[in-house]
Amino acid sequence: MAGIPHDHYEPKTGAEKWLHGRLPIVGLIYDTLFLPTPKNLNWMWIWGIVLTFTLALQIATGVVLVMHYTPQVDMAFASVEHIMRNVNGGHMIRYFHANGASLFFVAVYLHMFRSLYYGSYKAPREVTWIIGMLMYLMMMGTAFMGYVLPWGQMSFHGTAVITGLFGAIPFVGEAIQTWLLGAGAVGQPALNRFFSLHYLLPFILLGLTLVHIWAFHTTGNNNPTGVEVRRTSKEDAEKDTLPFWPYFVMKDLFALAVILTVFMAIVGFMPNYLGHPDNYIPANPLATPAHIVPEWYFLPFYAILRAFTADVWAVQLVNWVSFGIIDAKFFGVLAMFGAIAVMALAPWLDTSSVRSGRFRPTFKWWFALLCVDFIVLMWVGAQPAEFPYDWISLIAATYWFAYFLIILPLLGVMEKPLATPATIEDDFNAHYAPTGGTTTIVNPAE
Amino acid sequence: MLRKLTLTAMAALAISAGAAAAESEVEIVDFSFPFEGPFGSYDTLQLQRGLKIYTEVCAACHGLTRVSFRTLSDETGPAIPEDQMRAYAANFEVFDKALADGAGDYRSATPADYFPPSSLANAPDLSLMAKSRAGFHGPYGTGISQFVNGMGGAEYIASLMAGYHEEPACAAEMETPMDGYYNVAFANGGFPDACKDENGHNAVPGSWIAMPPPLLGDDVTFDDGHESTIESESQDVAAFLMWTAEPKMTARKQAGLTGVLFLGLLSVLLYLTNKRIWAPHKKKSQK
Repeated sequence: MAGIPHDHYEPKTGAEKWLHGRLPIVGLIYDTLFLPTPKNLNWMWIWGIVLTFTLALQIATGVVLVMHYTPQVDMAFASVEHIMRNVNGGHMIRYFHANGASLFFVAVYLHMFRSLYYGSYKAPREVTWIIGMLMYLMMMGTAFMGYVLPWGQMSFHGTAVITGLFGAIPFVGEAIQTWLLGAGAVGQPALNRFFSLHYLLPFILLGLTLVHIWAFHTTGNNNPTGVEVRRTSKEDAEKDTLPFWPYFVMKDLFALAVILTVFMAIVGFMPNYLGHPDNYIPANPLATPAHIVPEWYFLPFYAILRAFTADVWAVQLVNWVSFGIIDAKFFGVLAMFGAIAVMALAPWLDTSSVRSGRFRPTFKWWFALLCVDFIVLMWVGAQPAEFPYDWISLIAATYWFAYFLIILPLLGVMEKPLATPATIEDDFNAHYAPTGGTTTIVNPAE
Repeated sequence: MLRKLTLTAMAALAISAGAAAAESEVEIVDFSFPFEGPFGSYDTLQLQRGLKIYTEVCAACHGLTRVSFRTLSDETGPAIPEDQMRAYAANFEVFDKALADGAGDYRSATPADYFPPSSLANAPDLSLMAKSRAGFHGPYGTGISQFVNGMGGAEYIASLMAGYHEEPACAAEMETPMDGYYNVAFANGGFPDACKDENGHNAVPGSWIAMPPPLLGDDVTFDDGHESTIESESQDVAAFLMWTAEPKMTARKQAGLTGVLFLGLLSVLLYLTNKRIWAPHKKKSQK
């Protein structure tokens, strides 16, 4: 697919030509900064910048924290308290880092649900979506391992529970669990390798971020109408787009500043709001906390993990068909990873010819229900596994799969979408040109 | 403001040694502490009273290992004059591995040393107690109220100190009495079946705690003649333990306020910049 036609960097002076002939880095920066961007992007298109910033924040604060942290079971907790009490500004750096993880997930969930609503995952942006899913998985792994490092009660017992999931895999589960932990139980080897990986994965994430950006810079951004930028000529493309700098840089920076104001208020005034009090108790293998609750950003998938208990008929059926190899515990693990896998397959499960949810009247309702479903799963994931929460989580988990596996494929065939605007320019003018656009709008959006 | 709240002890309060009741009602009083809210800070005199109570009562069993003596002179903490702080530290003995040719020996503590650990195996270290317990989760379990009244760790401690009550009738009638002491603010102690209703839920708040009532009123005498009722002592020691758990709170809130103000200003400037930049492409400028 041809890129959006636009001006490219032309070296003028001798020095510029000399460098450009050897390393076209100025051209790369030029093309990145002046990328033609659909001018009708709304405020849901700011999360990418927020995520990039948060990754940089986490790496910067993390590098400083590592200078004072000790990955040793008897010293880890004390070294974190040392950071909180003795290191200059250490308490702020640690609270930034701890709350930064939550900011990361707030942004990534909004980023993902934006893609799901506006169909950003659909052709030709499947690769961007798949890379995004890999990044999301990597983020979850990084966040989980980071939570282990303070070596508090939740760190320790949470690790035991999560690595125990791998133990549910038939035949090889126990071996995998031992391999992950480096020992039969959570201890020094686990702490050491989680520390190592917690430092490594963010840099892989950084690399994937560049690939993610490369991918959508190749296809061009999606936009709220889902209509592609005209590529017929540079003049047409310029009617649909504005360069990234300064229009979208300034817009994104404004949004980032607002979000950081809220973030700063949380770090300054309620930094332990999203944490768990039990993690201020040093890890004690002999005393298990009454409720082991994962961090909020894992709760939706934790709820799916717990939803499929042995008395669910589907679990019993699978158990019988698989000659007992897939028991309820393993089924739960498969469901949890499956919940993310079906999301990753969305580009091929969504059969609709129209990209944006704005022009899909029935889809809108099912999508709204998916958002509610996600919040219900998050809430129910923190509740005890008893009536009525078991039923709520089962229904909510079932809807998650139904949305991707049944509703998305069927809806594309059955739904009659509304007419989409002919061009992005039309859509933009419908909003911002009260004196009348240049062309008639077939069907004004929303 | 002394609102009495009955809260369901949730995960936050629960660190059980096994025999704990899954969910028990506890009575946490929402005291009004000076360090609550975005502008709250510690009351120096209250922290000094709390330190005295800790020293004369709690320290007999409980350690404070995360706290160094020098921090007692912190301006935003108890702010004890340096000479007094040095004299206070010298009352404590610490084990120094470097002494006696590497065999180690005890010596009196210096400002750089930390408070000693608990002398009783069952007594938890108190350094982080106020952060490892949460009294509040409101409204509706969201915990957002901690923006104005904190997590309730200090309230939990104060309520616990003053939470020793007569055993309820259901327990008093039992043949073998319960181990420990009945406390309406403690969630995770022993609980007799005799005090559960037909559904197996606890019919009375709290549970039985191993610690005997530490404060009885008039446990300490303050130089300035401040009252030492059990209520005021409970709050003073709770405030002190909030400081030991979060000694940098004042600096953090100041940084937070500065950050919010500057980022707010930056937001306004960026909003105006963005509006200006986009103006030619929106509305009237349409060709």
